Amino acid sequence: MIATIFFYIFAVILVAAAATVVSARNPVHSVLFLILAFFNAAALFLIAGAEFLAMVLVIVYVGAVALFFLFVVMMLDVNFAELRSGFQRYLPVGAAVGAILFIELVVLYGGWQIAPQATSLRMSPAPAISNTQALGDVLYTDYIFLFQAAGLVLLVAMIGAIVLTLRDRRVRRHQDIGAQIARTAAETLELVEVSVGAGIKELGIYRPKPPALVPESGPDSAPEPAHADAGQHGHGAQHAPEVR
Amino acid sequence: MGVMAVSLGHYLVVSAILFVLGVFGIFLNRKNVIIIMMSIELILLSVTLNLVAFSAALGDLAGQVMAMFVLTVAAAEAAIGLAIVLVYFRNRGSIQVEDVTLMKG
Repeated sequence: MIATIFFYIFAVILVAAAATVVSARNPVHSVLFLILAFFNAAALFLIAGAEFLAMVLVIVYVGAVALFFLFVVMMLDVNFAELRSGFQRYLPVGAAVGAILFIELVVLYGGWQIAPQATSLRMSPAPAISNTQALGDVLYTDYIFLFQAAGLVLLVAMIGAIVLTLRDRRVRRHQDIGAQIARTAAETLELVEVSVGAGIKELGIYRPKPPALVPESGPDSAPEPAHADAGQHGHGAQHAPEVR
Repeated sequence: MGVMAVSLGHYLVVSAILFVLGVFGIFLNRKNVIIIMMSIELILLSVTLNLVAFSAALGDLAGQVMAMFVLTVAAAEAAIGLAIVLVYFRNRGSIQVEDVTLMKG
């Protein structure tokens, strides 16, 4: 009796929350009512005796999926008022389809009954132990392939989500091994002849060449004058430092 | 048969209402793909509720194992779907479902 009263309370809240999810003006409210709906569905699971699934629903759905929805709704800078512009136009069609579907379900329920041999057709009859223990007993033995398939589904979802959203923008410092090996001493090292007694005022501030100006090819295959200059620095040629 | 505090018919009615509300939500929010995904979550929740109700009414644990599988698929679907929404928003700057006609040519 008390279970029936609680069932009605949770069922009414569940249906009301679900109706608010689909009709709320603000998507953030939709997500919050979705969380409320999940909580009440978990309560209905508890009344049905599925304690483990109820806790899974609260932890996985409210803790992960619903907050993920909330995260995306808040992160996307979308004009949600514009997205609701066709609300009135779609209302009759949606109501008609929903009413037809509901009538079909009611008709189906009216002419339906449990098969008389249903008790003997059970796949894994529930033993008289706690729900979680019974579920664990069958999940890792009779339904091991289903369990592994579920893990595979989650793996594919994880890889898919990462592949879809990963952006390699090269904002971090990556090690380019090819560029490191291709460096020569002539590109990086410059010897400058400084006359005795010359101060900063005469010499100016010496700045090395930016790396973009250094030719890409090797030291012995590029007869460009700039490169030849760079090669002669080491021999003490009388190059004045670049005065800027 | 399992012993249920509440009869199976109550659960089936609640589940049917939830399912219809989910379908109604898909039609009502034709433009907002996030609400459409929430409606799909509602539909999957109603299916899970059905499985659990039958499992409890018949005393068969297979229904709860299947319900767990449905929950797994729903979580994976939400993750992939929201990732697609995110990538689409990055590329187009909107999440209007009616804009998603690029593949039509």
